[in-house]
Amino acid sequence: MCLGIPGQVVDIVDAEQSLAKVDVNGVRRTISVRLLADDNLRVGDWVLVHVGFAMAKIDEREAAMTLDQVQKMGENYQQEIDAFIDSEIA
Amino acid sequence: MKFVDEFRDPAAARALVKSITELAGDGEFKFMEVCGGHTHTIYRHGIEHLLPEAVELVHGPGCPVCVIPMGRVDDAMWLAEQPGVIFTTFGDMMRVPGSKGNLIEAKARGADVRFVYSPLDALKVALDNPDRHVVFFAVGFETTAPSTAVTLVRARALGVKNFSVFCNHVTIVPPIKAILESPDLRLSGFLGPGHVSTVVGLRPYRFVPEVYGKPMVVAGFEPLDILASVHMLLQQIREGRCEVENQYTRVVRPEGNTQALKLMAETFELRPHFEWRGLGFISQSALKVHSDYAEFDAERKFEMPGVRVADPKACQCGEVLKGVIKPWECKVFGTACTPETPIGTCMVSPEGACAAYYNFGRLHRETAQLLGQRA
Repeated sequence: MCLGIPGQVVDIVDAEQSLAKVDVNGVRRTISVRLLADDNLRVGDWVLVHVGFAMAKIDEREAAMTLDQVQKMGENYQQEIDAFIDSEIA
Repeated sequence: MKFVDEFRDPAAARALVKSITELAGDGEFKFMEVCGGHTHTIYRHGIEHLLPEAVELVHGPGCPVCVIPMGRVDDAMWLAEQPGVIFTTFGDMMRVPGSKGNLIEAKARGADVRFVYSPLDALKVALDNPDRHVVFFAVGFETTAPSTAVTLVRARALGVKNFSVFCNHVTIVPPIKAILESPDLRLSGFLGPGHVSTVVGLRPYRFVPEVYGKPMVVAGFEPLDILASVHMLLQQIREGRCEVENQYTRVVRPEGNTQALKLMAETFELRPHFEWRGLGFISQSALKVHSDYAEFDAERKFEMPGVRVADPKACQCGEVLKGVIKPWECKVFGTACTPETPIGTCMVSPEGACAAYYNFGRLHRETAQLLGQRA
């Protein structure tokens, strides 16, 4: 549960409700970007995704490194991605 | 993967290790990594075997799954078994043993236990099941607590009446203080947690150098981050400095995430005390749902048993969590207690020191012993 997985913002779904769609290694889901309300997020930005929330804005280099690192976790990464695939937020 | 290659450059690692070895000299340094994510990186990459004898890394209490005491798991199972309740939890918590089994077993007995990726998923379950009451089992340090905070705010905005949070969020500073006060352990400094610090920033750690005279470096999760942070700690000590430094500047801002902190202050209040598995009661170390959000507080809604349960005698999670012993020094490690059938929480989560060591560390250690290196 402590994993932070990099995702790229592909759509601002609802600016008022702070919802954005992110692409995590090919899987697209809606997450909350409420915690980055001060960061002026745009499509194309990279964020660290944790339990359905963008918790930090990161750059592309950090995203690539983190993705590689979490993928090495094997089963734990796969469980996280499976959970992300099933995610449907309110 | 150009970025990755650049950041995993073996030559850079060798240069850092050489410089660490020179700085450490014939001293004796014991650094604690507070965060379970760091423990995972260290065991996964065999970092402790790269370091000179003079530098020892000890593992701290920073795995939120590992520190939940048995009594709270029992309460969670009690909640899950109440009529009309849908109990939602992160997958990691499903296998954490209470005194009467775990949530998987409760589910097998007929309780409606569902695993969710996000607290907002739990809220969605509540919206989809208006005739049931949905409880979310909230665990985690300041990394995760803001997510619960936003969920509470959203639940109110949506006027949801059938949702509550069983709040077990904990805070990172009190256990660090408890460890610094503990006579068992003489630490030379800390590797500060990465993700927690994206939320809380650097200021809450100032007491570590100012009151206890120990340096602290907030570290990233790459193997090179860990080496660079150890290097920064040694540099501070050798230069006679003692401060909080940030190695993980790529992600952590000194001020933290002010939005997250504001939302947490709005939705949570400090508990006077909270029990930590293996560490006992620590004052002001956990969060409860704020009285302004009482209608979403499972502890106010349900008359929970709240019985305190002693840790299993055989289990030495407490000593592992304080860094007093290494995972393999525990009597039941790898025999009675394995990731498949954990007795202690440290064996449950991939960030737990015992599980990380069981999965990776022992192989590195065996290899190091074979090669006659430090083991």
